[in-house]
Amino acid sequence: MQEDIYKVQIDDIFEGPMDLLVHLIKKHEVDIYDIPIALITKQYLEYIEWMKIMNIDIAGDFIVMASTLTKVKSRMLLPSHDEDDEDPRLELVKPIEEYLLMKSAAEKLATRILLGEDTFVRNPRPENHLMDHEGEIIKVGLFELIDAFQKILENISPHDRVDITADRISVRDKIAQIVDIFETRGSTTFNELFPENAEQSEVIVTFLAILEMVRLSLVRILQNTRTGIIRLFYL
Amino acid sequence: MEDIKNIIESLLLVTEEPLTIDRIKNILIEPGRKEIQTALTELSAEYEARKGGFLLREVAGGYQICTRPEYREWIKRLLQPKPLRLSKAALETLAIIAYKQPTIRSDIEHIRGVNCGGILRMLFERKLIRILGRKEIPGRPIIYATTKQFLETFDLKDLKDLPTPEEIATLGDASLENLE
Repeated sequence: MQEDIYKVQIDDIFEGPMDLLVHLIKKHEVDIYDIPIALITKQYLEYIEWMKIMNIDIAGDFIVMASTLTKVKSRMLLPSHDEDDEDPRLELVKPIEEYLLMKSAAEKLATRILLGEDTFVRNPRPENHLMDHEGEIIKVGLFELIDAFQKILENISPHDRVDITADRISVRDKIAQIVDIFETRGSTTFNELFPENAEQSEVIVTFLAILEMVRLSLVRILQNTRTGIIRLFYL
Repeated sequence: MEDIKNIIESLLLVTEEPLTIDRIKNILIEPGRKEIQTALTELSAEYEARKGGFLLREVAGGYQICTRPEYREWIKRLLQPKPLRLSKAALETLAIIAYKQPTIRSDIEHIRGVNCGGILRMLFERKLIRILGRKEIPGRPIIYATTKQFLETFDLKDLKDLPTPEEIATLGDASLENLE
């Protein structure tokens, strides 16, 4: 009866728990040395819950981070007897700092004059030109996509939110539909893929189809830094 | 040797990987390191004065003739290379290895907070990282380090050419705001 549940794998391509944490810190514009731990923990758990609903395959790493957050949060609630007691949040700050440092290092590497991209030598070795199939560049993060998607869900009128499961479309069919759009137009905005009168189930299938297409290197997703508009390009 | 500069230039033209001064010295025998160094500096200056299609770069411990970045689009039309681009996740993993080497997988995963097995395999296949051996602790994990290919790919003379953590840190503050 039920079709196989479609799972979307996100490791290797999309971000991990650290990125979600950084995303939340950035989104709420909080100081990493003074993290409002209750708020961040709550939001973190909501994202995980949400990803579970979407059948996005959550790596154990996300759960480990969730338990660390919860632990730090509970330790914050305990009265401190000793003046010298460390801020429990230090346990989070250090790894975040280190992670941000390495993230910046990675960004710096990407801006260098790259062999096989910016400069070329004679007799180029084949590995200089190897395509990294799993690593097609995504200029928009998974969590930005989720934010954009949540906005679309909010816009569905409550009337349409009734779950009518009679005529369900599969992720595979949806991918085929999106490819049809690309074949006529080459690119499309994220929002255009979600018709205003769409049912929730279709909206979710569309989102999963987009994630799957990124994984298969079928599309590239870019976000305009000024307008925030997310656009998909067919590769 | 009067034509030392020309000889070195001819060597640079046919070599596939960056030529080290030692390698040149072994071939030329007679001239000393200093003389070779001078010839290389002069060659580089000549290319710069001419501002032609190529330049001499010091990379991965040696010297190499390569095209000027401003002509990348034309060369791509000729070669039609597939993009070399690495994903953010792959770049981060590579950065951690570059800065923390020699390092083991669990240390990398500790920083990224996520499994890196697939990425490590890909970086290894791309010859950007290599295996130094195994660490003598329980589980004998593999020790990773970057390769010459890594230096060549990212236009680095050597590992000391990487920006220092202090240099990145100043950029790092900005990066919290600029995160995509």
